[in-house]
Amino acid sequence: MAVSSLAGIDESQLVAQARDGDADAFNELVRRYEGKIFRLAQHVTQNREDAEDVLQETFLKAYEHLDQFKGDSKFYTWVVRIAVNQALMKLRRRKTDKSVSLDETIDTGEDTVTREVATWDEDPEERFSRDELNGILDTAIQSLEPLYRSVFVLRDVEELSTEETAEALGLSIPAVKSRLLRARLQLREKLTRFFKRKGDDAFAYM
Amino acid sequence: MLTCKDFLHELSEYLDENVDAELRSKLERHISECPNCWVIADTTRRTIRIYKGMDPYPIPAEVEGRLMRALEKKMADKKRTQ
Repeated sequence: MAVSSLAGIDESQLVAQARDGDADAFNELVRRYEGKIFRLAQHVTQNREDAEDVLQETFLKAYEHLDQFKGDSKFYTWVVRIAVNQALMKLRRRKTDKSVSLDETIDTGEDTVTREVATWDEDPEERFSRDELNGILDTAIQSLEPLYRSVFVLRDVEELSTEETAEALGLSIPAVKSRLLRARLQLREKLTRFFKRKGDDAFAYM
Repeated sequence: MLTCKDFLHELSEYLDENVDAELRSKLERHISECPNCWVIADTTRRTIRIYKGMDPYPIPAEVEGRLMRALEKKMADKKRTQ
């Protein structure tokens, strides 16, 4: 898409203009966040077609309900909340026999996720091409359960705060924290299989 | 003395620099004495960093085209009803 003359304009001003019916202003907001929302939707739904639907539904809903956006959070956070809800709805619909609930009780015992303890290469990114690396990161994240995945994606990929993540997912702050810890440890373990230093053990560093 | 289990429990908050000075020094003392926890802390920190650097997915042109057309239609419908 062509670079718009609105590219440098402040977000809150764009929101105000969009609310007044300025289509270009809303399109500029879409342009700013569509990539992140698409990535988020793919991570949460783990399905390309669903992610495309979520992307579209998210911005249509955002447009429709723009007058409900109060400006007490960032516009992006508000859109993320819509996107997460749409994505989770997709997951629920896909598993009609087994509903996905973010409130499910989960085992937070950390002992099971620290089996693989090995130091990494100094610069593991250099061992893989950009595409290979993205493939590894995607595979690792896909293997997490939706409850962990959503928290990790919002906190560590989209860089939302703990409070914003809790709000977007309808979880308590302690629940976000315990799920984030679990997700980080699980991913660490999975990545270690790819990134560990060859022929080395944990004690070599000490 | 902190156990490894205590250390793991605080790991996220430690990496996010959300712990007070007293707890921080206890945690740092633990990793200076426990190679396993040191490795887990180091590789978890790098796990977080590597995901932070992930680029947003470029949206395929046809997907973006569909989104823009759907929005255009919605905007036109809205105008008509006003």
